[in-house]
Amino acid sequence: MAKTVDQYFDDLRDTRVWRSIFRSGTGSSTLKRSLAIQQNVFLHLFATKVRRRMLSFSATWYLGTLTLGTFLMLVVTGILLMLYYHPSVPQAYADTKDLQFVVSSGLFLRNLHRWSAHAMVFLVFAHMFKVFYRGAYRPPREFNWVIGIVLLLVTLLLSYTGYLLPWDQLAYWAITVGSNIASAVPVFGDKIHFMLLGGNLVNANALLRFYVLHCMILPLAAIFFIAIHFWRIRKDGGLYAHQSEPSTLTKTTLAKEAQ
Amino acid sequence: MPDEKHEIKSETGGTFDRRHFFVKLGLGSLSIAAAGTAVFAYQFLSPNVLYEPSPIVNAGKPESYPIDSVTLDVNTGIYLIHAKEGFFALGAVCTHLGCLTTWKPELGIIACPCHGSKFAVLQGNLKPGDKIEGPAPKPLPWYRTWLSDDGDLMVDRGTTIRPMEFLRV
Repeated sequence: MAKTVDQYFDDLRDTRVWRSIFRSGTGSSTLKRSLAIQQNVFLHLFATKVRRRMLSFSATWYLGTLTLGTFLMLVVTGILLMLYYHPSVPQAYADTKDLQFVVSSGLFLRNLHRWSAHAMVFLVFAHMFKVFYRGAYRPPREFNWVIGIVLLLVTLLLSYTGYLLPWDQLAYWAITVGSNIASAVPVFGDKIHFMLLGGNLVNANALLRFYVLHCMILPLAAIFFIAIHFWRIRKDGGLYAHQSEPSTLTKTTLAKEAQ
Repeated sequence: MPDEKHEIKSETGGTFDRRHFFVKLGLGSLSIAAAGTAVFAYQFLSPNVLYEPSPIVNAGKPESYPIDSVTLDVNTGIYLIHAKEGFFALGAVCTHLGCLTTWKPELGIIACPCHGSKFAVLQGNLKPGDKIEGPAPKPLPWYRTWLSDDGDLMVDRGTTIRPMEFLRV
């Protein structure tokens, strides 16, 4: 008797090697399907069970997921761009030109990075507007809104630090103006300006600092907060769906406050 | 085994035993270490040596600047101006957000391309460098100028002087 494709997959899932990696094994019972989510390091951030209406397009317009998609695209294209880019004053601009005109698919990757960056900023704002106007920021999700604000700032800082790296006139003057805005901070303004640029001018130190911020520190911060952001969705009772009511806990807290 | 808790009544009346002592010692050491880390990070992030251009600029012979002329040096960010009263140097970096300003000979003013600040040069009642309009919070600075032993015009971008101190050659 011929086996179906599903049966081949079931055989594969029953092998010893597979079972050593994915412990849940075969079967489509509710338990097995829950275990498959719960025992995966990436998926365990999410709830094992989700209401169907929470996954409908109208609930979220998938804006958060799309934002994650652009972020992943930026990580992949960014790492590839790093292979041809030297963060030094004599080379940065020439390397950008090379990526544009000499490197195979360099133009494609650079443009993909650029458009993904624009799309990510747009999607972050769209996601926040959607959450705001649906009231999904309200308790018990208020802390996840705060994490979202942090992620907005990280996104904007990633945009800003990436802007300097082509080392052209636009980049140079944008960072000159932007870093001078930091000097407007009371008392510590000039110190912040000096530490941000690693000097008094937008120069070699500033280029290297912005490169390290753009390629290491800020992406790591983003991944860290994205993980918390996703995990909090589960902890706060899943995605917000229209019919859901504020929890009883909140009701009592509000009632106490009202008294 | 007898209870070996050594409780000492402190002056305030609370108990102070060995456990509390070690907790306080631990927390104290951690706070000292945290403060040290903050100082360490601040010092590490502030460079001690900078490879930036010298603030002192050699602007060449005074004869190369005709009278009533405004000359912008883009690389050093200064205007060398030869007025009837003598020479003076103005900073060309806008006091608003650091853009490089330009000299507009047809209007007789200095203008910033970024946010529209305008500065006077030889306007009647305004001192050179004073703001005419725009968001700039301060006038353009006057830099110290002098003649070197070789007769070159020198400008120190690190030292500002009071306006209307001209260098007569």
